[in-house]
Amino acid sequence: MNQSEQAVRYPLPYDTALEPPADWRRLRQQCPMASVELPSGDRATLLTRHEHIKELLSDGRFVRPTAEDGAARVAPDGAGGAAATGRSAFRVPDRGEEHQRWRRLVGRSFTAKRMTALRPKMTAIVDSLVDEMVERGRPADLKSSVGFPLPVFVICDVLGVPAADRDRFSHWSDAFLSVTRFSEDEVRTAHDEFAAYMSAHIAAKRAEPADDILSLLIEESEGEGQGLTDEMLMATGMGLLVAGHETTANMIGKMVSMLLADRTRWERLVADPSLVRTAVEEALRFDANSGFGLRRYLGEDAEIGGEVLPAGTTVVCSMPAANRDEAVFDDAEEMDLSRSPNPHLTFGAGPHSCLGQALARTELQVTLEVLVRRLPGLRLAVPPEELQRVEGLLVGGLREVPVTW
Amino acid sequence: MKVTVDEDKCCGAGQCVLIAPEVFDQRDEDGVVQLLAPEPAAEQHDAVHEAAAVCPAGAIEVTGG
Repeated sequence: MNQSEQAVRYPLPYDTALEPPADWRRLRQQCPMASVELPSGDRATLLTRHEHIKELLSDGRFVRPTAEDGAARVAPDGAGGAAATGRSAFRVPDRGEEHQRWRRLVGRSFTAKRMTALRPKMTAIVDSLVDEMVERGRPADLKSSVGFPLPVFVICDVLGVPAADRDRFSHWSDAFLSVTRFSEDEVRTAHDEFAAYMSAHIAAKRAEPADDILSLLIEESEGEGQGLTDEMLMATGMGLLVAGHETTANMIGKMVSMLLADRTRWERLVADPSLVRTAVEEALRFDANSGFGLRRYLGEDAEIGGEVLPAGTTVVCSMPAANRDEAVFDDAEEMDLSRSPNPHLTFGAGPHSCLGQALARTELQVTLEVLVRRLPGLRLAVPPEELQRVEGLLVGGLREVPVTW
Repeated sequence: MKVTVDEDKCCGAGQCVLIAPEVFDQRDEDGVVQLLAPEPAAEQHDAVHEAAAVCPAGAIEVTGG
């Protein structure tokens, strides 16, 4: 990499919502550590190879930039939500033993077994969402009918917050994840309202504990100094609500769209529902539109793939580009519903790998099981090229997923 | 086949439990991996290899099998 090199503008342009940018392959092969210009105008280094991204994300020394790092900014003109700027009064410990302790306190509520125990409840929710969608008639928007409500109901249940407040959560969550959608003022107002809401919610749980994760964490904090501070509780509650909200909701819409875009995929699944688990993993791998990518700030030199990236570099990891790396995946450009093993990097890797991944997987699997069972005739109501991407947020998704059956 | 796990590296993703529940579990108190069968039966080998290959923390080592 060379500073005088022409920087690629990032995010790269997409021709259609489901297909990857043509440049990924070229970057992966010829320029796997590319100099890119972010929407802010700042420079960063874009990684596109599986091996490099896995190596960097697995290195606990490097974490997401905070506002104090002086890292490359994502959004122009001081805008961007807390997830983009790292500017929030509420933080969780982000490295070393402190991070691991936090992660394990929270992570015990998201184990595979606990998520599996939620399956019957999730199945009932999806069944009733499908009932309502069918009753309203064809065509329907699968995203607003099923994709969005399921994860919101589930994360509200886990956190013990009322799902009736979901329109507010949705706005706060968008603002939290904004790159260019909202102004600096709008982001600040949303963040303040969100913080006030979460603070009141935590106070209510403290006064009257219930069977939810925040009550559990509060109880822990009142023990022998092993728990979380109030700031950490706030950051945990806000982070879980945002993370449990947008990502899976968008993924449900994208997963179903990819399966229906080439209907032989859907038919294969209808003929053999035992493929649901590997089909979900393959949808996670094949999603070209998963968002901005994970950022890491290098507080010291890092050796990646035999090259030294100097201290002070901001790295952007394109997991979806790595997920198409031919060095790791045979026929990487093919969606193979029985692919196994499938070591995609959609949930990251290493100590910061997605905390809620067992939850997300379970929600995706349940949604697919119910749709295949209830609506085997499901199909897209528009040509796949007409699907529109969500713009201006760190997470990627489709604006609507019009379907019929 | 012999399986070992690195509890310190484990990030609690739970993939191993979803793929090979007879070989792996997670502790209730912190979500860290628990090895149920260090020498799993032959019919588990495919699942164990898959779990090791997809563990996001690289916390599962498999020898033999």
